[in-house]
Amino acid sequence: MVTNIMTGLQNISGYIYPNEFELHWGILIVVYPYLTGLVAGAFILASLERVFNVKVLQPVYRLSLLSALAFLFVAPLPLLVHLGHPERSFEMFLTPYTSSAMAMFGFVYAWYLMVVLLLEIWFDYRKDMVIWSKEKRGLMRFVYRILPLGVTDVSEKSILFDNKIGRIITIIGIPSAFLLHGYVGFIFGSVKANPWWSSVLMPIVFLFSAIVSGIALILIIYMVTTMFRLKTMSMPCLNKLAEFLLYAIIVDLSLESLDFIQRLYESEESIKILSEMISSRLFLSLIVSQVILGSIVPMVSLVWARFGRLPDEMRRMAYFIAAILVQVGIFSTRWNVVIGGQLFSKSLRGLTVYKMQLFGLEGLLMTGFLLILPLIILYLLSKLLPPWPDSEAKVQYSQAGDHGLR
Amino acid sequence: MKKKKSAPLSRRDFLIICSKALPFTGLLFFPFTANRLLFGQEIDEYDPTQHDYAMGIDIHKCIGCGRCADACKKENNVPKEPYYFRTWVERYIISTEGESYVDSPNGGIDGFPDLKGDIDILRTFFVPKLCNQCANPPCVQVCPVGATFASRDGVVLVDEKYCVGCRYCIQACPYGARFLHPVKKVADKCTFCYHRLVRGLLPACVEVCPTQARIFGEVGLRSSPLRRFLRFNDVVVLKPALNTKPKVYYAGADGEVR
Amino acid sequence: MNVLGIPKQILALAFIFTIIIAALVVARMLFIPPSFGRYGHYRADAVDEVIAQEINYAGYEACIECHDEIYEPKEKSHHKGVSCEVCHGPAAKHVQAPDEFVPGAPRKRGYCPLCHDYNPSRPTGFPQIITELHNPGKACMTCHDPHNPLLPHTPEECSACHREIANTKRVSHHASLACVRCHTVPDEHLVHPKFALAQAPVEREFCGECHAKDADTGRDVPRIDLDTHGERYLCWDCHYPHHPEAR
Repeated sequence: MVTNIMTGLQNISGYIYPNEFELHWGILIVVYPYLTGLVAGAFILASLERVFNVKVLQPVYRLSLLSALAFLFVAPLPLLVHLGHPERSFEMFLTPYTSSAMAMFGFVYAWYLMVVLLLEIWFDYRKDMVIWSKEKRGLMRFVYRILPLGVTDVSEKSILFDNKIGRIITIIGIPSAFLLHGYVGFIFGSVKANPWWSSVLMPIVFLFSAIVSGIALILIIYMVTTMFRLKTMSMPCLNKLAEFLLYAIIVDLSLESLDFIQRLYESEESIKILSEMISSRLFLSLIVSQVILGSIVPMVSLVWARFGRLPDEMRRMAYFIAAILVQVGIFSTRWNVVIGGQLFSKSLRGLTVYKMQLFGLEGLLMTGFLLILPLIILYLLSKLLPPWPDSEAKVQYSQAGDHGLR
Repeated sequence: MKKKKSAPLSRRDFLIICSKALPFTGLLFFPFTANRLLFGQEIDEYDPTQHDYAMGIDIHKCIGCGRCADACKKENNVPKEPYYFRTWVERYIISTEGESYVDSPNGGIDGFPDLKGDIDILRTFFVPKLCNQCANPPCVQVCPVGATFASRDGVVLVDEKYCVGCRYCIQACPYGARFLHPVKKVADKCTFCYHRLVRGLLPACVEVCPTQARIFGEVGLRSSPLRRFLRFNDVVVLKPALNTKPKVYYAGADGEVR
Repeated sequence: MNVLGIPKQILALAFIFTIIIAALVVARMLFIPPSFGRYGHYRADAVDEVIAQEINYAGYEACIECHDEIYEPKEKSHHKGVSCEVCHGPAAKHVQAPDEFVPGAPRKRGYCPLCHDYNPSRPTGFPQIITELHNPGKACMTCHDPHNPLLPHTPEECSACHREIANTKRVSHHASLACVRCHTVPDEHLVHPKFALAQAPVEREFCGECHAKDADTGRDVPRIDLDTHGERYLCWDCHYPHHPEAR
């Protein structure tokens, strides 16, 4: 730790307050809004199918829900790990300070997990679980018997009720997902001491970047899982996903440019040090990774792939690459917000550096683990609650046994 | 005096011995008086609602000796490393070209080295910094669990046993006055030496300032040195635009100070 | 499927949520510290824990109580108001156990320069030395008594204290003028600089003694007509006398 800081000392330019030698929020806090954004984005995508009746997205509906859940489970972990006293974290629920954005986030998170995601998934899968509990054997049968919480009624009326409630929850879920990630933006945007963070646009920029990253994530997961399951991808679904991804990128990029232009034009006290930071410390992650690789290149390739005349094979490839680049770009966005906000001194007179550790609780390996963990959870969830369109259980006495019930 | 061997003390001898020993009897009671001095008044008598503290800093008087930063570390057992400070001293040098150079090597504790480069000095001065004990503290606003708070006498304190170490308060402080204690893993900051205040003592930094550049006292007391300081000086607070309402007032602070 | 007209799903979920909320309520009752919220959104006991912190600096008053023989002369000297613990270090232990813990004193040359080494950022007039040139190798205490730090002999040069001004003047057109050419310096100023201040000129005519048209000075001295040259202003409103660059 000490040696890390000592080497850091040599890279400091200008003057920083002595207490600023240590960067307080490291890569784990970069991961946290990244994961939360994926949750919100995936959920909003799922709601498109459910509430706005975008039927071509039906193959990814359940996949989006499960992905959102898997990532939501992991989202608070980086926060927890970075705490000085993780064993005291429960205090946030015992004595939350109502004026603290961070304390309120605990409740937004709990609301979103318990009331929105879990409930929606439960109502959506209840019928299937009841049927699977009759088909499966052994442990799985036992699990499927418990999960419906004793409500084994699969009459048409009951399923209709499930669908109705599911729809209501999704409608509640959309503002909740907006709230979830908008709130993460507010945690940063409300810090008036930090000119890089303090901006009313922050929650909105966070929200749209969340939608971008969520759609791209589902695009990737859908393509990869379908490939491994040796099924054919639904091209209309992919096309629709790509379209939405494109629109979201355009809105996101416009908002961020707006923020940038406004700052540049207003040219407040902080502009000198911020421009210095962008042109030196953040050049790679902001200009190259976030703007060029993460926004402009995917935007161009999506336009070209979606509206150009391409064979499906090429088109899928282009979508895939664009989605991967978007992930890199959004991760850089989070990096630039969280790390960038701490690279300059609040005296506005100097820049410091962030030295990342490889090992340790706040190191690179831990970060990698936290980024892979949701995928493992998603794998397990997909074993428990198969999200594939062809694995949905059919109710035998129903004349329309698939999703068309709704 | 000669003492007669084996004879009982005469009344006169006894009195003489007593009078000689009198100065030393004081020593018997010394620990009690010392404690009374150290602890000023009984803490039970202390009524936080009757106090409202603030600090004044006279930049024209600061000689940049760094004794305040040194005493603060010794009084409050602040880690010795040069990146944990409850108070520190900055040196400002404004060149004739209008460029500002600021430094604070080890918070000023070891003095300020001669500048090797030749800056053409226009003005130069020292600025002691510490927690501004804001009346509208952003650190308290953001603490998720209520582990940092303004006490009833307006001093912003940290609850070491309750702080979760999320460091949101450190991010929210515009003055860089907070740090994460490297051993305790909780937020740490200046307390105005609260443990001294309640015993009627001055904060350690004020106590040791050799030029009285730091002035401490009650805002509401006519006779307090702080009142006098506020009456006779044009004072400013740091970063007033952020509406934190600091209770550390600077006299003679240059526009470059931030 | 109905009990009292409520769907089973709702009943089952209501049951689960009731348990969770009840658990949270019970946990709050059990785990919130008892003193939390007494005065505000914090643990009132935390204030007592802060107060319980050990004191290291005893304070000036405590020192005076016993060491009045040092205090009295010191309070009349230039080190008036300099707390004992500035140099002797934290001494609360000494107050509690005078014999067991005796505070030290800095006797080496390194300590005094923390305040008195020349540094242009220090306020003008604060006594400073250039440590490398000032009797190298000697401990400060051989000549100066820190409890009554009179100068062994009064400095002959004004620059001993007013170095910044002297440095400026040295490179100016006024380099050859002695400070006392313009300033009247009472003798007392050398001993108690703050109590007997040196006087500076107050009238334009003073500068005119050299710079007026008819002044009896060298030919290379710049001349002005006192009547027409910026008549409403005092000379030093525009020309800094220690570096009187005229444009």
